[in-house]
Amino acid sequence: MQADNNIQSGNYESKVTLSAKALSKIYQTGDVKVHALRDVDLSLYESELVVLLGASGSGKSTLVNIIGGLDTPTSGQVFFYDDDLTAYNDHQLTMFRRENVGFVFQFYNLIPSLTALENVALVTEISKNPMQAAEALAIVGLTDRINHFPAQLSGGEQQRVAIARAIAKRPSILLCDEPTGALDSKTGILVLEAIERVNQELGTTTILITHNAVISDMADRVITLADGQVKSISENSKRCKPKDLTW
Amino acid sequence: MRALDRKLVRDLWRLRGQVLAIGLVIASGIAVLVMSLSTVESLRDTSNAYYERYRFADIFSGLERAPIRLKNRIADIPGVQTVQTRIVKIAVLDIEGFEEPIIGQLVSIPERGEPLLNQLALRDGRLVSPGRVDEAVISEPFADAHELRVGDHLEAIMNGNKRTLDVVGIALAPEFVYAIGPGALMPDDKRFGILWMGRKALASAYDLDGAFNDVSLSLLVNTEPEYVIQQLDQLTKDYGSIGAIARKDQISNWFLMNEIDQMRTMSMLLPTIFLTVAAFLTQMVLSRLIATERSEIGLLKAFGYTRLQVAWHYSRMIMAISAIGILLGWILGTWLGRYQTGLYAELYRFPFLYFRPSIATFAVSALISIAAALVGSMRAVYNAATLPPAEAMLPPSPPVYKQRKNIITHLLAWLDQPTRIIFRQLARWPIRSMLTSIGVAFAVGVLVMSLSWFDAIREIIDVYFFDAQRQDITIGLSHEQGDQVVYELSHLPGVLSVEPSRIVSTEFHALNRKHRGTIQGILPSAILNPVYDVDRGIVPIYSDGLSLNSMLAKKLQVAVGDTVHVKILQERRPEIVLPVVDIFESYIGMPAYMNLDALNRLMKEGKQVEYLNLLVDVKHESKLFAKLKELPDVAAVSLLQAAIDTFNKTMAETLLIYVTIFSSFGCVLAFGLVYNSTRITLSERGRELATLRVLGFTRAEISYILLGEVGLLIAVALPIGCMFGYGLSWIIVSAFETELYRVPLVIQPSTYGKAIIIALAATAFSALLVRRRLDRLNLIKVLKTRE
Repeated sequence: MQADNNIQSGNYESKVTLSAKALSKIYQTGDVKVHALRDVDLSLYESELVVLLGASGSGKSTLVNIIGGLDTPTSGQVFFYDDDLTAYNDHQLTMFRRENVGFVFQFYNLIPSLTALENVALVTEISKNPMQAAEALAIVGLTDRINHFPAQLSGGEQQRVAIARAIAKRPSILLCDEPTGALDSKTGILVLEAIERVNQELGTTTILITHNAVISDMADRVITLADGQVKSISENSKRCKPKDLTW
Repeated sequence: MRALDRKLVRDLWRLRGQVLAIGLVIASGIAVLVMSLSTVESLRDTSNAYYERYRFADIFSGLERAPIRLKNRIADIPGVQTVQTRIVKIAVLDIEGFEEPIIGQLVSIPERGEPLLNQLALRDGRLVSPGRVDEAVISEPFADAHELRVGDHLEAIMNGNKRTLDVVGIALAPEFVYAIGPGALMPDDKRFGILWMGRKALASAYDLDGAFNDVSLSLLVNTEPEYVIQQLDQLTKDYGSIGAIARKDQISNWFLMNEIDQMRTMSMLLPTIFLTVAAFLTQMVLSRLIATERSEIGLLKAFGYTRLQVAWHYSRMIMAISAIGILLGWILGTWLGRYQTGLYAELYRFPFLYFRPSIATFAVSALISIAAALVGSMRAVYNAATLPPAEAMLPPSPPVYKQRKNIITHLLAWLDQPTRIIFRQLARWPIRSMLTSIGVAFAVGVLVMSLSWFDAIREIIDVYFFDAQRQDITIGLSHEQGDQVVYELSHLPGVLSVEPSRIVSTEFHALNRKHRGTIQGILPSAILNPVYDVDRGIVPIYSDGLSLNSMLAKKLQVAVGDTVHVKILQERRPEIVLPVVDIFESYIGMPAYMNLDALNRLMKEGKQVEYLNLLVDVKHESKLFAKLKELPDVAAVSLLQAAIDTFNKTMAETLLIYVTIFSSFGCVLAFGLVYNSTRITLSERGRELATLRVLGFTRAEISYILLGEVGLLIAVALPIGCMFGYGLSWIIVSAFETELYRVPLVIQPSTYGKAIIIALAATAFSALLVRRRLDRLNLIKVLKTRE
């Protein structure tokens, strides 16, 4: 908590894209209450790349789900610029996701019946100011595979299509949940390069969830969660290139 | 309970929506089968018991007048067990407050004791007292229609004399189960009734002392009726007999047996259609259901369950689902059967009703549907059981889509992505898509078939009652008269036009084929009751031969130009060979026509007429009715409008029930199919749809993808369903072709429209249920779980 205040008051000049205030989430299953998040305060700044580290069950996915408008907190507030997301209804949350959030999942979640290009177009067709689908695929280096169906692509290629799909709408925030979790390290690095390129070239605020500590070297800031609380926030003086990472 | 049994029970509970939907489809098939079979059994058992208990005769013969001593000679015919002679006459009745003339059939009963044959089932009061000429027992439906009770009175014009009769009893009899007046198609209890009177009363009224004009026989077991009829006709031909008939041709029994036969046809046909569709749906739904259970199957096998155990587990699941359907079907079918039997008991009057569906009915229906379900899902069970466990636990490999360069690719280029998803999904599983469409098409077909009954009946009414018959009243004379009666009747109040005709009992022979019927003689100028072909309209009557209805021509296997050997069964009993000059199509009966003058010449008589068709001015109807009641020679008066009303009422009652039952089942089929295939698609593609929600698609937008797919399949199904409906109607119409009726194959565009709307409503309802599930998709789970 102390570290967060330091950063907020000190080094960062950029505008806050997203902030969480006293965020708590309690899951109730039967008689068991699980505190997934306890009183989390957090701010995300424009254009930064944040790696969210934490063990399984530490609350990182819950946090990202709430920030991404997929879930609602039990208490506390989330602000997207000045708008209070916690006051949104289902439709408003859908529109928030449609216009502002790009998701990348561990298991790609591509639509098998659509080609790479069409998977991206799926999103550009419904958003307000998208880039061309082919342009998004070019950013992730897949220009020559645009007419392939998911089943004809490797895991790494599929994940890059997912990234292209996430960024094509020019989102304010890119949320990547274990994007390399299902990939070998070589392919994983290709995917991380694509994420970094998007962050650098488009200036999209990017949150990357991982339990792989090595990846944190490519972040501006590293937030570590444990037992539903922010354990530490650290700032990297210099971001590593993904190709220099090894695991 | 073992763990696997618990799993079975919980799986069934988890899938309860789908289980119920499949169960309802199976139940529909079973219900139709149980309903039809139990009604057939019930009517058959009831009529058999009724006939036996009240000694329904085996042979009937009507004559002019025969001395009572002839009875002994009849009794001597080998094979005859009992002889009952009677006096049977037609009279016009008059009941206070009822304007129109009523036709009464007067039947004599012995002065003392029960008749030997065709006994009365007394419902109220008593039989007539010996020697009383003014007492009558009346038939129950007639009494009900006029609210007559024991102690009431009515008037009868007997042989020109008006008599007041006391009602002393109310009864039913096995020979009048289906009590219809002369020339009528359906019972009209207001305008036709049976009166049983003492033998002496009728003998003196009709001058038949020491004589009889009707005889019934019962036969010893294993006696051929044909032989006895031959012998009987020999004995009675000099006494004005028109030829004896066997029980199977007795009018009431003939109608009843026709109905039972028709119902038996239906009990074979309709349930077959329903059970086929049900088996098809069951197999389609269950195989997809089992496919979604893949990982659990893998797990079971990994634990060491054998193939057989796994196969048995899923077979039991199928049997359990079938069992639910069967049980529901049994309950529903028994209830409907009882209801339907009750309806028939309104039309066919029995003093008691047996409703005891046999165990065989239930067993057969259960076996058929369990077998159909098991056979249908055998492949899916086999596939599940033989899958190596490691493979089974993995998700099925992602479906491979291929980019093909063809016209569809170009068409797709114009569509947005969600629509492309729909089309690619359908193209990826063409067989599955096709089966779903065919299933829905079946449902639409069943609906079209059910609803088309109304069109068919409307067509029959239009043609038979409006186009072919234009008279208001038909009068039957007690015996043939010279044609001056036409002139006399045309002077009665309100009569605008009179058209004479004559009907003679005839036996038609063509090689070894035979038909007993009538020839109707009409004038070439006839326009009130002409020869009417359903396609050609009024057709001319030729003077040099016979115009035969196509069904009669088919029975005799004759065409235009062939000859028919005609044996007239009355008066001088002439025989002649006549050419067939025209064959025409009609929906009811098997009529044959001749030029009236030619018929009279054939009879070796002058200008004789027996029936008169009247066109009447409604304003003077009351006066005319009053006048008709007074005329001594009028034996029958039938009003076209009354016949139409009776037909409509009877049809409305029975048909509406049928159509409602079958339409409901059609809805159940459509609903069951759409609900199940949408639910399974949802469970197969829930992840994909949730992903889209995460990406910012609204509920409506993802519903479009899921329901759009179903919608497209249904759009394809509707025209196919209309074609199926036409085909099913054709099958039914062909199966229903009897000597009494030909149901025309007529389906109005609005009927297709109604069927489509009903099917769409059923689909919309099931889509709505699935849509609710779509709204509850768990978005977060999708991010974490692998496919």
